[in-house]
Amino acid sequence: MSKLRADLAKIAAQVPAGARVLDVGCGEGDLMAVLQDDKQCDARGMEIDGEAVAEAVARGLSVVQGDANRDLADYPDGAFDVAVLSQTLQTAQRPDWLLDQLLRVGREAFVSFPNFAYWRMRLSLLTNGKMPVTRHLPVSWYATDNIHHLTVADFHDFLAERGVQVKGSWFFAAGREIGGANANWRAEHAVFRLSR
Amino acid sequence: MATAQTIDFRRVTLPDPLPLDSGRELMGVQVAYETYGELAADRSNAVLIFHALTGDQFVAGRHPVTGKPGWWERMVGPGKPIDTSRFHVICANVIGSCMGSTGPASLGPDGQPYAMGFPVITIRDMVRAQMRLLDVLGIGTLHAVVGGSMGGMQALSCAANFPERTGRVLAIATTARHSAQNIAFHEVGRQAVMADPDWQGGDYYGGKSPDKGLAVARMAAHITYLSEQGLTEKFGRQLQERDAKSFGFDADFQIESYLRYQGLAFTDRFDANSYLYITRAMDYFDLADEAGDKLADAFAPARETRFCLVSFDTDWLYTTADMREVVHALNAVAAPVSFVELSAPFGHDSFLLDVPALDRVVAGFLG
Repeated sequence: MSKLRADLAKIAAQVPAGARVLDVGCGEGDLMAVLQDDKQCDARGMEIDGEAVAEAVARGLSVVQGDANRDLADYPDGAFDVAVLSQTLQTAQRPDWLLDQLLRVGREAFVSFPNFAYWRMRLSLLTNGKMPVTRHLPVSWYATDNIHHLTVADFHDFLAERGVQVKGSWFFAAGREIGGANANWRAEHAVFRLSR
Repeated sequence: MATAQTIDFRRVTLPDPLPLDSGRELMGVQVAYETYGELAADRSNAVLIFHALTGDQFVAGRHPVTGKPGWWERMVGPGKPIDTSRFHVICANVIGSCMGSTGPASLGPDGQPYAMGFPVITIRDMVRAQMRLLDVLGIGTLHAVVGGSMGGMQALSCAANFPERTGRVLAIATTARHSAQNIAFHEVGRQAVMADPDWQGGDYYGGKSPDKGLAVARMAAHITYLSEQGLTEKFGRQLQERDAKSFGFDADFQIESYLRYQGLAFTDRFDANSYLYITRAMDYFDLADEAGDKLADAFAPARETRFCLVSFDTDWLYTTADMREVVHALNAVAAPVSFVELSAPFGHDSFLLDVPALDRVVAGFLG
């Protein structure tokens, strides 16, 4: 599992063996391949980019080209044990709708996102007065897909408002896992395990 | 059709009468087929390719009637996406067609050609005949079924009706239901054939065949296989071997000349009555209707079958929206489904042409 991005590796480690998994925004299916090969999961994917879908299918994975903002509604309730949304929540047109859908089609969900309150972001905004462009968020404000930036603290509020339970959370900075203390300024990335 | 009549096709005669969706039965059905690649000792590597409306069993190699390469030469062969050094590929001429399988040009029980006495057949009848062929060949479960356009309809029908025999389904540029627009174009083609005085109510065998009508049918259909963008890029408003408009009704424009050639060439290899029967079968195709109007119910027995569906962004005959309905139904029964819309400029015909992304998807999906 060493080839996976840190947040994906964490998700791969936490997903129960043999689970039915939907990876929303699966790209070329890196996480799906690990879940299938190492954990005997029945992994399905959704991805909006046709070329990435073609690559995933060419790897023998079951991936449907679709827009999560619309096509998640096509899946029946409880069709999956686990729904995964990695680094995509902040790009969603309606993150609230998307989270509801994840927890409708999956009994539980893993959600990972970049934390906009990471101290380097804060420092950059404070000192430069401009939208930060960093290693993890490398695109200028006008061109970025990230239209709903959020922080770890925002996410906690959001979950509480919606009555979603946090079953686990993990935090990363500079590609390494860090503890949960003061995560809202220390974490570059967060992974949450959620259920209703 | 004289040439097709004189060829010694590889074919079997089905031992039992073939029951049809119409309620009629066909006796002594012949199914012509070709195979490519060796069948494994455990018979686990068979791939059945279904051909499209005007296709036939000659997928690869030289076609004995036209002398041209097989219709999916680029996809099927040793080391190609459907790799015949690994898979035993079977392709059969559909019943109702005219390349060796029983169709309207075949002799009926009275020793005369069936002509319009041939029963109206369906996509499911075509599939049923091919399953009977597999019975004769001693092949039970297929590693995969593959088809584009009408071939894709047969592939979907095969999964719905014979799930136990269908390991994987690769359906390209197709639909689970013929739309009003699809039916409309086919009706134009059929009326063109029937309006040809040489059609003679279908009883033209032994005489002059309705080539004019069939050519017009093919011309109209051919337009639906291409995209506007493709037509514009290939032909635009360019004139055919002349510098100025003729102020007459010759083929002034290249596109006219091209369509006329396509129409004429088609009449050399295809039987007009077969065109009527096969287009009718496609028009009748509605998988949801077969399952009490719910497409998901049609696929319920196939929930263990792996599906890969491919559409093309410039295909306006069988669209991405059509394919999404199939994806939706397969998701509803939790069948393992992949779907991708590939970008290609050639319209519906993209499935036959040079689209490298399709090659990768096909090879990867077949495993």
